[in-house]
Amino acid sequence: MNPKEYKYTREHEWISLESPNRGTAGITDYAQSQLGDIVFLELPTPGTRVEQFQKMGEIEAVKAVTDIFTPASGVILETNQDAANEPKIVNEDPYGAGWLVKLELSYPSELDAMMDSQAYDEMVNVGG
Amino acid sequence: MKQPYLLPDISQPGKIGCSLPALDVPPAALPPEELLRTELELPEVSEMELVRYFTALSRLNYGVDTGFYPLGSCTMKYNPKWHEDIAKFPGFTSIHPYQATETAQGALRLMFDLQALLTEITGMGVTSLAPMAGAQGELASLLMVKAYHHSRSNMMRRKILVPDTAHGTNPATASMCGFEINTVPSDSEGNLDMKRLESMMNEQVAALSLTIPSTLGLFDPQIITIGQLVHDKGGLLYGDGANLNSLLGKVKFGDLGFDCVQLNLHKTFSTPHGGGGPGSGPICAKPYLADFMPTPLVVNKAGKYSFTSPPKSIGRLGAAYGNFGVMVKAYAYIRSLGAAGLKEVSEGAVTSANYLKEKLKADYHLPYNRTCMHEVVFSGKRQKAKGAAILDIAKRLLDYGFHPPTIYFPLVVEEALMIEPTETESKKTLDAFIETMKEIAREVTEDLEALHTAPHNTSVRRLDEVTAARQPDLRWEVKSQRPG
Repeated sequence: MNPKEYKYTREHEWISLESPNRGTAGITDYAQSQLGDIVFLELPTPGTRVEQFQKMGEIEAVKAVTDIFTPASGVILETNQDAANEPKIVNEDPYGAGWLVKLELSYPSELDAMMDSQAYDEMVNVGG
Repeated sequence: MKQPYLLPDISQPGKIGCSLPALDVPPAALPPEELLRTELELPEVSEMELVRYFTALSRLNYGVDTGFYPLGSCTMKYNPKWHEDIAKFPGFTSIHPYQATETAQGALRLMFDLQALLTEITGMGVTSLAPMAGAQGELASLLMVKAYHHSRSNMMRRKILVPDTAHGTNPATASMCGFEINTVPSDSEGNLDMKRLESMMNEQVAALSLTIPSTLGLFDPQIITIGQLVHDKGGLLYGDGANLNSLLGKVKFGDLGFDCVQLNLHKTFSTPHGGGGPGSGPICAKPYLADFMPTPLVVNKAGKYSFTSPPKSIGRLGAAYGNFGVMVKAYAYIRSLGAAGLKEVSEGAVTSANYLKEKLKADYHLPYNRTCMHEVVFSGKRQKAKGAAILDIAKRLLDYGFHPPTIYFPLVVEEALMIEPTETESKKTLDAFIETMKEIAREVTEDLEALHTAPHNTSVRRLDEVTAARQPDLRWEVKSQRPG
């Protein structure tokens, strides 16, 4: 169920590449299921420079508020306003319409060291 | 239980709660019409209806005085009523924050003695009673950490390490003080991951913020090593004293290596709390931090008590000197129990939690199977797999007349259920709670619907928390809410 062509972080974010240095990122299906109903998203403003694995925003669910970390370093190009206005989109379609940010990657090679879908599946199933 | 109603629901045009005498002065002209408000539509009811309305509301209240309240991390113990009597002594209630200190020596002496008692209990060097809540005590502590490093011309320490089990206020406080927050993970035993701590601890770290026992209700046996590791790199160890109820008279924060701790008088020292206050969050620090303490401290100079401001104080935390009424009750609690009694408090709290742990661990998953302190954290993941979330279990507890424990915290435990029974509950109450938790575990298998639709016996059924959070309706309006 986790898209095979995406890359994953230990903090349950994903990133997919649209071109060698442009990517889209969001949270995984496991993350949204653990959080439960998401009620509010705080996303970075376009133009913000972000560093891999550093906090880029917050996600508020009924149960808890957690940080969103950026899966790769770069500059935020665009944030998902539809999801910000209606956060349940992230619960319903975390890998598609529920994407969070689009970014221009500073070091696309960072993705080489990240988990693929198989490694992420294993982490979630073991550590769950 | 009856559905609660609002006053406008029973309003009848022309009803009035008092009879005014006949007008015997010339009537004054009303202000111009554009200044008159018409949208208020105050309810029109009789005096008796008004009294019944508020009495009905008050009977919906649930607190420690009505039943078991095992809310984890909150220490909802019984508050002895004679503390209230003492706090109502005219010498305490009829004084003013700004009257001359010579005329309020008794009150100042109480504060001075309470400072000394808390210093002794925590094994620190100096205590300030100024913070008005736990979170304000945290804020004051980290401001002191900052002032301490700055006074040593060390401006590079911009990080605070916070365990992944921490209360949410810990990272929030660090953020308020302008620090960068780095999260230290826990290991598989529920202790701090020492390898990760070692790799994260460096000259940029101002302090490690640690709760002991942790929010998992576990005492980290590595605590002495943790303190050394932090101090070796020039950092400070700040303690969140939220869980002091398990350590009274047993272990002193000062001996464990803490440089500064914040207490919650309203939790550990038994003063009514919840619903927003009032609290009291004194901070106790080692002597080398004394100069930075908040203003004021109470001092005794040749038998005369007065307020003083430490030379490099981080300043005032409020207009006066904290929540005095809470201090009186905490002082009465400590003095009435004495050193031996305080020890028994912690023994009782730890025994109660371990009793619940042993009795319930067959029915609910216990993520850390070891002796706990004053609270025990279960995971509802077995029930979740059968279709009952921990939220459903908590709601179902309401039907059986119990206040639910804390749920979904700490975040590191899936479907967390955090139970803090406190020392003031009888074995009979604990047994009733255990029986109910077992019954609910049976219902998960046999009658899932009862959990999904719970609570059934409360005045308000399950609230739609999602819609409430996504589309908050914060303003009550006459027209839209009044039925019919």
